[in-house]
Amino acid sequence: MFVADVIFWLLSLTAIIAALGVVLVRDLFRSVLLLAVVFICVGGFFVLMSAEFLAVVQILIYVGAISILFVFAIMLTRDVRRGNSPNKLQIPAVFISTLVLAALVVVAIGTEWNKIPAEDKSVVDMVQINAITAMTKEDLLDVDKTLSESNEEPVGLADLLIGKFVLPFEAVSLLLLATLIGGLALARRQEGG
Amino acid sequence: MSLEGMLIVSAVLFSIGLYGTLARSNVIAVLMSLEIMFNAINIALVAMAKFVAPQSLQISLSSVLTGHVFVIFIITVAAAEIALGLGIILAMYRNNESVELTQADILQH
Repeated sequence: MFVADVIFWLLSLTAIIAALGVVLVRDLFRSVLLLAVVFICVGGFFVLMSAEFLAVVQILIYVGAISILFVFAIMLTRDVRRGNSPNKLQIPAVFISTLVLAALVVVAIGTEWNKIPAEDKSVVDMVQINAITAMTKEDLLDVDKTLSESNEEPVGLADLLIGKFVLPFEAVSLLLLATLIGGLALARRQEGG
Repeated sequence: MSLEGMLIVSAVLFSIGLYGTLARSNVIAVLMSLEIMFNAINIALVAMAKFVAPQSLQISLSSVLTGHVFVIFIITVAAAEIALGLGIILAMYRNNESVELTQADILQH
């Protein structure tokens, strides 16, 4: 676990410094590059927490698509030189975000989390690492007898998406369609105006 | 690496994003801070999925993947939001010649 701890500290240090850079650096283009660093660090966190599929999605969508969209937006608006100037709400903003940080940290430390018991840890890791390939019951029985016997099969991300979460899944597809139409409507030049 | 450590990192990133959202005057910078907040929430969700036992763990093992499903939905919504947000920014720049939040005050007059 020592290696995981070292990687965790390195990643969190990089992520926090880069995030501070995003909000403090004046040059907008630099802050987009720092934002990509934050995204990559978050992908590293996902790998560290055995969510490999999410890490891949994170790199593809955030680093690959969203950062590039930001670069395009900055290039197209030519406000780069004026840059990332702060507005008049500096002190209230610092105050509010410090309050929120304090509240979140107090809750994170003070709550009695119902942690996964150590004997179930291996099977949970197995399910999460193999979220895409969907573990069958036989595979799981090899790892952990007690927990796997009472379970239905198969256990995978895709089965959840089109099973238990099928309604949000369809709602998201509708949202994407609406976004597509909205984006087209926004980008179209209005005639005579 | 523990649940608390992950949650604290997530809280720090969230507060940085919150500060950026409140204190920047450039719309693109505000959107970037929003993205940091989304990512902080995703870290918290995955950490919960990895370390916290859901109530239905004994009945349904797939409930340990609920956090991952939520993260997928959040990433989708964030991508849609950014696509639309940047479209709005470009429209704003076309009409206003500026992307400063303080100058987007057409509705005030």
